[in-house]
Amino acid sequence: MSSTKDTERIESLLSVLLRSGVTISFVLILLGTVASFIHDPTSWISPRGIDVLLSRQASNQTLGGILAGLQAVRGSAIVTLGLLVLIATPVLRVAFSLASFAVMRDRVYVVLTAIVLSLLILSFALGRAL
Amino acid sequence: MSPLLFTVAAFGIAAIAGLVGALLGLGGGIIVVPSLTLLLHVDIRLAIGASIVSVIATSSGAAAAYVRDHLANLRVAMFLEVATTLGALTGAFVAGMISTSMLEIVFGVALATSAVAMLRKRQASRPHAAGRGSSIATKLGLEGSYFDASERAQIDYRAQNAGAGFGLMYVAGVLSGLLGIGSGALKVPAMDLAMGLPIKVSTATSNFMIGVTAAASAGVYFARGDIHPLIAAPVASGVLVGAFVGSRFLSRASNRLIRVAFVVVLLWISAEMLARGIRA
Repeated sequence: MSSTKDTERIESLLSVLLRSGVTISFVLILLGTVASFIHDPTSWISPRGIDVLLSRQASNQTLGGILAGLQAVRGSAIVTLGLLVLIATPVLRVAFSLASFAVMRDRVYVVLTAIVLSLLILSFALGRAL
Repeated sequence: MSPLLFTVAAFGIAAIAGLVGALLGLGGGIIVVPSLTLLLHVDIRLAIGASIVSVIATSSGAAAAYVRDHLANLRVAMFLEVATTLGALTGAFVAGMISTSMLEIVFGVALATSAVAMLRKRQASRPHAAGRGSSIATKLGLEGSYFDASERAQIDYRAQNAGAGFGLMYVAGVLSGLLGIGSGALKVPAMDLAMGLPIKVSTATSNFMIGVTAAASAGVYFARGDIHPLIAAPVASGVLVGAFVGSRFLSRASNRLIRVAFVVVLLWISAEMLARGIRA
Protein backbone atom coordinates (compact mmCIF):
# COMPACT_ATOMS: atom_id res chain seq x y z
CA MET A 1 0.00 0.00 0.00
CA SER A 2 1.02 3.63 -0.47
CA SER A 3 2.54 5.99 2.01
CA THR A 4 0.42 8.72 3.58
CA LYS A 5 2.59 11.39 1.92
CA ASP A 6 1.80 10.08 -1.58
CA THR A 7 -1.90 9.99 -0.77
CA GLU A 8 -1.81 13.57 0.50
CA ARG A 9 -0.01 14.84 -2.60
CA ILE A 10 -2.53 13.08 -4.84
CA GLU A 11 -5.39 14.47 -2.81
CA SER A 12 -4.17 18.06 -3.18
CA LEU A 13 -3.55 17.62 -6.93
CA LEU A 14 -7.05 16.13 -7.32
CA SER A 15 -8.48 19.09 -5.47
CA VAL A 16 -6.76 21.46 -7.92
CA LEU A 17 -7.98 19.44 -10.94
CA LEU A 18 -11.59 19.46 -9.74
CA ARG A 19 -11.48 23.15 -8.88
CA SER A 20 -9.92 24.09 -12.25
CA GLY A 21 -12.55 22.14 -14.22
CA VAL A 22 -15.38 23.73 -12.30
CA THR A 23 -13.85 27.24 -12.48
CA ILE A 24 -13.23 27.07 -16.24
CA SER A 25 -16.77 25.86 -16.90
CA PHE A 26 -18.23 28.50 -14.57
CA VAL A 27 -16.36 31.29 -16.41
CA LEU A 28 -17.42 29.94 -19.84
CA ILE A 29 -21.07 29.66 -18.75
CA LEU A 30 -21.01 33.19 -17.33
CA LEU A 31 -19.29 34.67 -20.43
CA GLY A 32 -21.67 32.83 -22.75
CA THR A 33 -24.73 34.06 -20.89
CA VAL A 34 -23.47 37.67 -20.92
CA ALA A 35 -22.54 37.39 -24.62
CA SER A 36 -25.98 36.13 -25.59
CA PHE A 37 -27.62 38.90 -23.55
CA ILE A 38 -25.52 41.60 -25.24
CA HIS A 39 -26.21 40.04 -28.63
CA ASP A 40 -30.00 40.23 -28.25
CA PRO A 41 -31.19 42.19 -25.18
CA THR A 42 -34.74 42.78 -26.44
CA SER A 43 -35.69 39.11 -26.60
CA TRP A 44 -34.16 38.63 -23.13
CA ILE A 45 -36.69 41.03 -21.61
CA SER A 46 -39.69 40.13 -23.80
CA PRO A 47 -42.45 38.71 -21.54
CA ARG A 48 -42.97 35.42 -23.39
CA GLY A 49 -39.40 35.05 -24.64
CA ILE A 50 -38.62 31.99 -22.54
CA ASP A 51 -41.28 29.83 -24.22
CA VAL A 52 -39.96 30.81 -27.66
CA LEU A 53 -36.35 30.05 -26.71
CA LEU A 54 -37.16 26.75 -25.00
CA SER A 55 -39.28 25.47 -27.86
CA ARG A 56 -36.47 26.21 -30.31
CA GLN A 57 -34.35 23.15 -31.01
CA ALA A 58 -30.87 23.58 -29.56
CA SER A 59 -28.30 23.51 -32.35
CA ASN A 60 -25.23 23.05 -30.16
CA GLN A 61 -25.48 19.34 -29.45
CA THR A 62 -22.72 18.29 -31.84
CA LEU A 63 -19.04 19.24 -31.77
CA GLY A 64 -19.39 20.79 -35.24
CA GLY A 65 -22.34 22.85 -34.07
CA ILE A 66 -20.39 24.11 -31.07
CA LEU A 67 -17.35 25.03 -33.20
CA ALA A 68 -19.53 26.89 -35.73
CA GLY A 69 -21.26 28.70 -32.86
CA LEU A 70 -17.93 29.63 -31.26
CA GLN A 71 -16.65 31.11 -34.55
CA ALA A 72 -19.80 33.22 -34.73
CA VAL A 73 -19.29 34.14 -31.03
CA ARG A 74 -22.75 32.80 -30.24
CA GLY A 75 -23.34 32.91 -26.49
CA SER A 76 -25.19 29.60 -26.35
CA ALA A 77 -22.24 27.79 -27.97
CA ILE A 78 -19.88 29.21 -25.32
CA VAL A 79 -22.32 28.06 -22.62
CA THR A 80 -22.48 24.58 -24.16
CA LEU A 81 -18.68 24.38 -24.25
CA GLY A 82 -18.70 25.25 -20.54
CA LEU A 83 -21.23 22.49 -19.87
CA LEU A 84 -19.04 20.00 -21.78
CA VAL A 85 -16.00 20.99 -19.68
CA LEU A 86 -18.11 20.32 -16.59
CA ILE A 87 -19.18 16.86 -17.84
CA ALA A 88 -15.55 16.02 -18.70
CA THR A 89 -14.23 16.99 -15.24
CA PRO A 90 -15.17 13.75 -13.39
CA VAL A 91 -13.92 11.69 -16.34
CA LEU A 92 -10.55 13.48 -16.17
CA ARG A 93 -10.56 12.91 -12.42
CA VAL A 94 -10.84 9.14 -12.95
CA ALA A 95 -8.08 9.23 -15.60
CA PHE A 96 -5.89 11.14 -13.13
CA SER A 97 -6.61 8.59 -10.39
CA LEU A 98 -5.62 5.78 -12.76
CA ALA A 99 -2.26 7.45 -13.40
CA SER A 100 -1.63 8.07 -9.71
CA PHE A 101 -2.46 4.49 -8.69
CA ALA A 102 -0.10 3.30 -11.45
CA VAL A 103 2.70 5.51 -10.06
CA MET A 104 2.07 4.04 -6.60
CA ARG A 105 2.18 0.52 -8.13
CA ASP A 106 -1.13 -0.28 -6.51
CA ARG A 107 -2.26 -3.01 -8.89
CA VAL A 108 -5.65 -3.68 -7.33
CA TYR A 109 -6.63 -0.02 -7.63
CA VAL A 110 -5.18 0.32 -11.13
CA VAL A 111 -7.56 -2.47 -12.19
CA LEU A 112 -10.55 -0.99 -10.32
CA THR A 113 -9.93 2.50 -11.76
CA ALA A 114 -9.42 1.13 -15.28
CA ILE A 115 -12.81 -0.60 -15.02
CA VAL A 116 -14.50 2.68 -13.98
CA LEU A 117 -12.82 4.62 -16.81
CA SER A 118 -13.85 1.99 -19.39
CA LEU A 119 -17.43 2.05 -18.15
CA LEU A 120 -17.49 5.87 -18.46
CA ILE A 121 -16.17 5.77 -22.01
CA LEU A 122 -18.62 2.97 -22.83
CA SER A 123 -21.49 5.08 -21.50
CA PHE A 124 -20.51 8.05 -23.69
CA ALA A 125 -20.35 5.71 -26.68
CA LEU A 126 -23.75 4.26 -25.76
CA GLY A 127 -25.14 7.81 -25.46
CA ARG A 128 -24.11 8.53 -29.02
CA ALA A 129 -25.67 5.27 -30.22
CA LEU A 130 -29.05 5.96 -28.56
CA MET B 1 -41.89 34.82 -18.41
CA SER B 2 -38.94 36.74 -19.83
CA PRO B 3 -35.65 34.86 -20.26
CA LEU B 4 -33.97 37.34 -17.90
CA LEU B 5 -36.47 36.67 -15.09
CA PHE B 6 -36.34 32.93 -15.80
CA THR B 7 -32.53 32.94 -15.56
CA VAL B 8 -32.60 34.81 -12.24
CA ALA B 9 -35.32 32.50 -10.80
CA ALA B 10 -33.59 29.31 -11.97
CA PHE B 11 -30.31 30.57 -10.51
CA GLY B 12 -31.97 31.23 -7.14
CA ILE B 13 -33.63 27.81 -6.98
CA ALA B 14 -30.39 26.11 -7.98
CA ALA B 15 -28.37 28.05 -5.37
CA ILE B 16 -30.68 26.82 -2.59
CA ALA B 17 -30.57 23.26 -3.94
CA GLY B 18 -26.77 23.38 -4.11
CA LEU B 19 -26.49 24.60 -0.52
CA VAL B 20 -28.79 21.89 0.85
CA GLY B 21 -27.19 19.27 -1.39
CA ALA B 22 -23.65 20.00 -0.23
CA LEU B 23 -24.70 19.93 3.44
CA LEU B 24 -26.46 16.58 3.15
CA GLY B 25 -24.45 14.72 0.52
CA LEU B 26 -27.31 14.98 -1.96
CA GLY B 27 -26.46 15.99 -5.51
CA GLY B 28 -29.13 18.68 -5.38
CA GLY B 29 -30.73 17.25 -8.52
CA ILE B 30 -33.56 15.77 -6.55
CA ILE B 31 -34.51 19.31 -5.42
CA VAL B 32 -33.77 21.00 -8.75
CA VAL B 33 -36.00 18.75 -10.90
CA PRO B 34 -39.29 19.16 -8.98
CA SER B 35 -38.60 22.90 -8.39
CA LEU B 36 -38.01 23.60 -12.09
CA THR B 37 -41.08 21.64 -13.19
CA LEU B 38 -43.46 22.84 -10.45
CA LEU B 39 -42.34 26.48 -10.07
CA LEU B 40 -41.03 27.37 -13.54
CA HIS B 41 -43.07 24.88 -15.63
CA VAL B 42 -40.00 23.50 -17.36
CA ASP B 43 -40.45 20.30 -19.40
CA ILE B 44 -39.37 17.43 -17.12
CA ARG B 45 -36.90 16.11 -19.69
CA LEU B 46 -35.11 19.46 -19.88
CA ALA B 47 -35.25 19.78 -16.09
CA ILE B 48 -33.56 16.40 -15.74
CA GLY B 49 -30.95 17.37 -18.36
CA ALA B 50 -30.10 20.57 -16.46
CA SER B 51 -30.15 18.63 -13.20
CA ILE B 52 -27.61 16.03 -14.29
CA VAL B 53 -25.16 18.82 -15.18
CA SER B 54 -25.80 20.58 -11.87
CA VAL B 55 -25.21 17.27 -10.08
CA ILE B 56 -21.72 17.12 -11.61
CA ALA B 57 -21.13 20.75 -10.60
CA THR B 58 -22.12 20.12 -6.98
CA SER B 59 -20.05 17.00 -6.70
CA SER B 60 -16.90 18.42 -8.26
CA GLY B 61 -17.18 21.81 -6.54
CA ALA B 62 -17.76 20.45 -3.05
CA ALA B 63 -15.51 17.41 -3.51
CA ALA B 64 -12.52 19.68 -4.10
CA ALA B 65 -12.97 21.07 -0.59
CA TYR B 66 -13.64 17.67 1.03
CA VAL B 67 -10.56 16.07 -0.58
CA ARG B 68 -8.41 18.95 0.65
CA ASP B 69 -9.78 18.46 4.19
CA HIS B 70 -9.10 14.67 3.95
CA LEU B 71 -12.76 13.91 4.58
CA ALA B 72 -13.41 12.03 1.31
CA ASN B 73 -11.82 8.57 1.13
CA LEU B 74 -10.45 8.09 -2.40
CA ARG B 75 -10.07 4.29 -2.15
CA VAL B 76 -13.55 3.77 -0.80
CA ALA B 77 -14.82 6.06 -3.59
CA MET B 78 -12.97 4.24 -6.36
CA PHE B 79 -13.99 0.77 -5.14
CA LEU B 80 -17.66 1.80 -4.95
CA GLU B 81 -17.59 3.72 -8.27
CA VAL B 82 -17.20 0.39 -10.05
CA ALA B 83 -20.66 -0.43 -8.69
CA THR B 84 -22.25 3.00 -9.34
CA THR B 85 -21.08 3.33 -12.95
CA LEU B 86 -22.08 -0.27 -13.68
CA GLY B 87 -25.45 0.53 -12.10
CA ALA B 88 -25.81 3.81 -14.05
CA LEU B 89 -25.34 1.90 -17.32
CA THR B 90 -27.92 -0.69 -16.26
CA GLY B 91 -30.29 2.10 -15.20
CA ALA B 92 -29.96 3.96 -18.50
CA PHE B 93 -30.72 0.71 -20.31
CA VAL B 94 -33.75 -0.17 -18.12
CA ALA B 95 -35.09 3.45 -18.33
CA GLY B 96 -36.44 2.73 -21.77
CA MET B 97 -38.58 -0.15 -20.50
CA ILE B 98 -40.29 1.14 -17.31
CA SER B 99 -42.79 4.03 -17.02
CA THR B 100 -41.67 7.24 -15.27
CA SER B 101 -44.54 7.13 -12.74
CA MET B 102 -43.54 3.61 -11.72
CA LEU B 103 -39.95 4.82 -11.24
CA GLU B 104 -41.11 7.75 -9.10
CA ILE B 105 -43.03 5.39 -6.81
CA VAL B 106 -40.08 3.01 -6.52
CA PHE B 107 -37.76 5.89 -5.71
CA GLY B 108 -40.19 7.40 -3.19
CA VAL B 109 -40.33 4.09 -1.32
CA ALA B 110 -36.54 3.72 -1.40
CA LEU B 111 -36.08 7.24 -0.01
CA ALA B 112 -38.61 6.74 2.80
CA THR B 113 -36.89 3.47 3.75
CA SER B 114 -33.45 5.04 4.06
CA ALA B 115 -34.88 8.03 5.98
CA VAL B 116 -36.49 5.69 8.55
CA ALA B 117 -33.28 3.68 8.80
CA MET B 118 -31.25 6.83 9.49
CA LEU B 119 -33.74 7.99 12.14
CA ARG B 120 -33.59 4.67 13.97
CA LYS B 121 -29.81 4.77 14.21
CA ARG B 122 -29.61 8.37 15.43
CA GLN B 123 -28.17 7.55 18.86
CA ALA B 124 -25.18 5.88 17.24
CA SER B 125 -24.27 8.99 15.23
CA ARG B 126 -21.02 9.64 17.10
CA PRO B 127 -17.95 8.70 15.09
CA HIS B 128 -16.92 5.24 16.25
CA ALA B 129 -13.45 3.79 16.76
CA ALA B 130 -12.00 1.56 14.04
CA GLY B 131 -13.43 -1.96 14.15
CA ARG B 132 -11.73 -5.07 12.84
CA GLY B 133 -13.02 -4.52 9.29
CA SER B 134 -14.20 -7.22 6.90
CA SER B 135 -11.65 -9.25 4.94
CA ILE B 136 -12.44 -7.51 1.61
CA ALA B 137 -12.19 -4.11 3.31
CA THR B 138 -8.78 -5.01 4.77
CA LYS B 139 -7.51 -6.37 1.46
CA LEU B 140 -8.62 -3.22 -0.40
CA GLY B 141 -7.36 -0.84 2.29
CA LEU B 142 -10.81 0.65 2.90
CA GLU B 143 -9.75 2.59 5.97
CA GLY B 144 -8.62 6.04 6.90
CA SER B 145 -8.41 8.84 9.39
CA TYR B 146 -9.74 12.39 9.57
CA PHE B 147 -9.84 15.28 12.02
CA ASP B 148 -13.36 15.82 13.33
CA ALA B 149 -13.75 19.55 14.08
CA SER B 150 -16.84 19.21 16.30
CA GLU B 151 -15.39 16.26 18.31
CA ARG B 152 -11.93 17.89 18.35
CA ALA B 153 -10.29 14.53 17.74
CA GLN B 154 -8.53 12.51 15.07
CA ILE B 155 -10.93 9.69 14.10
CA ASP B 156 -9.62 6.38 12.69
CA TYR B 157 -12.10 4.23 10.82
CA ARG B 158 -12.27 0.97 8.86
CA ALA B 159 -15.08 -0.24 6.57
CA GLN B 160 -17.30 -3.21 7.43
CA ASN B 161 -19.51 -5.19 5.03
CA ALA B 162 -17.76 -4.06 1.82
CA GLY B 163 -19.90 -6.50 -0.19
CA ALA B 164 -23.20 -5.10 1.10
CA GLY B 165 -21.98 -1.54 0.45
CA PHE B 166 -21.01 -2.50 -3.10
CA GLY B 167 -24.46 -4.03 -3.72
CA LEU B 168 -26.27 -0.95 -2.38
CA MET B 169 -24.07 1.29 -4.53
CA TYR B 170 -25.08 -0.69 -7.59
CA VAL B 171 -28.74 0.03 -6.73
CA ALA B 172 -27.87 3.73 -6.21
CA GLY B 173 -26.20 3.73 -9.64
CA VAL B 174 -29.26 2.14 -11.27
CA LEU B 175 -31.55 4.83 -9.77
CA SER B 176 -29.10 7.54 -10.88
CA GLY B 177 -29.17 6.26 -14.45
CA LEU B 178 -32.95 5.88 -14.40
CA LEU B 179 -33.89 9.29 -12.95
CA GLY B 180 -30.89 11.42 -13.94
CA ILE B 181 -29.96 12.28 -10.36
CA GLY B 182 -26.84 11.76 -8.27
CA SER B 183 -28.68 9.54 -5.76
CA GLY B 184 -26.54 10.69 -2.84
CA ALA B 185 -29.61 9.95 -0.68
CA LEU B 186 -28.80 6.25 -1.14
CA LYS B 187 -25.01 6.53 -1.33
CA VAL B 188 -24.65 8.08 2.13
CA PRO B 189 -26.63 5.34 3.99
CA ALA B 190 -24.77 2.66 2.00
CA MET B 191 -21.52 3.89 3.57
CA ASP B 192 -22.83 5.20 6.89
CA LEU B 193 -25.28 2.40 7.77
CA ALA B 194 -24.05 -0.62 5.81
CA MET B 195 -20.28 -0.08 5.88
CA GLY B 196 -20.13 1.65 9.27
CA LEU B 197 -18.14 4.65 8.03
CA PRO B 198 -18.41 7.97 9.94
CA ILE B 199 -21.24 10.17 8.63
CA LYS B 200 -18.88 13.01 7.60
CA VAL B 201 -16.66 10.63 5.64
CA SER B 202 -19.77 9.08 4.06
CA THR B 203 -21.18 12.47 3.06
CA ALA B 204 -17.88 13.73 1.64
CA THR B 205 -17.12 10.49 -0.22
CA SER B 206 -20.67 10.40 -1.60
CA ASN B 207 -20.26 13.93 -2.97
CA PHE B 208 -16.97 12.87 -4.51
CA MET B 209 -18.54 9.82 -6.22
CA ILE B 210 -21.70 11.52 -7.47
CA GLY B 211 -19.88 13.37 -10.28
CA VAL B 212 -18.59 10.17 -11.83
CA THR B 213 -21.99 8.48 -11.58
CA ALA B 214 -23.68 11.51 -13.17
CA ALA B 215 -21.05 11.72 -15.93
CA ALA B 216 -21.99 8.16 -16.90
CA SER B 217 -25.50 9.32 -17.85
CA ALA B 218 -24.77 12.96 -18.88
CA GLY B 219 -23.49 11.83 -22.29
CA VAL B 220 -26.85 10.22 -23.05
CA TYR B 221 -28.78 13.37 -22.12
CA PHE B 222 -26.41 15.56 -24.11
CA ALA B 223 -26.73 13.38 -27.22
CA ARG B 224 -30.54 13.47 -26.91
CA GLY B 225 -30.47 17.31 -26.77
CA ASP B 226 -31.99 17.34 -23.27
CA ILE B 227 -29.23 19.58 -21.92
CA HIS B 228 -30.53 23.02 -22.96
CA PRO B 229 -27.93 25.80 -22.43
CA LEU B 230 -30.57 28.34 -21.39
CA ILE B 231 -31.73 26.15 -18.48
CA ALA B 232 -28.50 24.35 -17.67
CA ALA B 233 -26.47 27.60 -17.45
CA PRO B 234 -28.32 29.24 -14.52
CA VAL B 235 -28.94 25.88 -12.86
CA ALA B 236 -25.31 24.70 -13.01
CA SER B 237 -23.86 28.06 -11.92
CA GLY B 238 -26.48 28.50 -9.18
CA VAL B 239 -25.70 25.07 -7.78
CA LEU B 240 -21.96 25.86 -7.87
CA VAL B 241 -22.47 28.97 -5.75
CA GLY B 242 -24.75 27.14 -3.30
CA ALA B 243 -22.44 24.15 -3.02
CA PHE B 244 -19.45 26.39 -2.36
CA VAL B 245 -21.22 28.01 0.58
CA GLY B 246 -22.56 24.64 1.79
CA SER B 247 -19.17 22.94 1.81
CA ARG B 248 -17.85 25.77 4.00
CA PHE B 249 -20.45 24.88 6.65
CA LEU B 250 -20.13 21.09 6.65
CA SER B 251 -17.13 20.60 8.93
CA ARG B 252 -18.71 22.95 11.47
CA ALA B 253 -22.20 21.38 11.69
CA SER B 254 -22.59 18.63 14.32
CA ASN B 255 -23.25 15.03 13.28
CA ARG B 256 -26.69 15.04 14.85
CA LEU B 257 -27.69 18.24 13.06
CA ILE B 258 -26.68 16.82 9.68
CA ARG B 259 -28.55 13.60 10.32
CA VAL B 260 -31.83 15.18 11.50
CA ALA B 261 -31.81 17.63 8.58
CA PHE B 262 -31.14 14.68 6.27
CA VAL B 263 -34.14 12.70 7.59
CA VAL B 264 -36.52 15.68 7.18
CA VAL B 265 -35.38 16.33 3.60
CA LEU B 266 -35.58 12.64 2.68
CA LEU B 267 -39.16 12.27 3.97
CA TRP B 268 -40.30 15.46 2.24
CA ILE B 269 -38.82 14.41 -1.10
CA SER B 270 -40.18 10.90 -0.69
CA ALA B 271 -43.75 12.23 -0.22
CA GLU B 272 -43.24 14.47 -3.26
CA MET B 273 -42.07 11.55 -5.39
CA LEU B 274 -44.90 9.24 -4.28
CA ALA B 275 -47.53 11.93 -4.94
CA ARG B 276 -46.16 12.58 -8.42
CA GLY B 277 -45.99 8.90 -9.25
CA ILE B 278 -49.52 8.13 -8.03
CA ARG B 279 -51.07 11.21 -9.70
CA ALA B 280 -49.73 10.22 -13.12
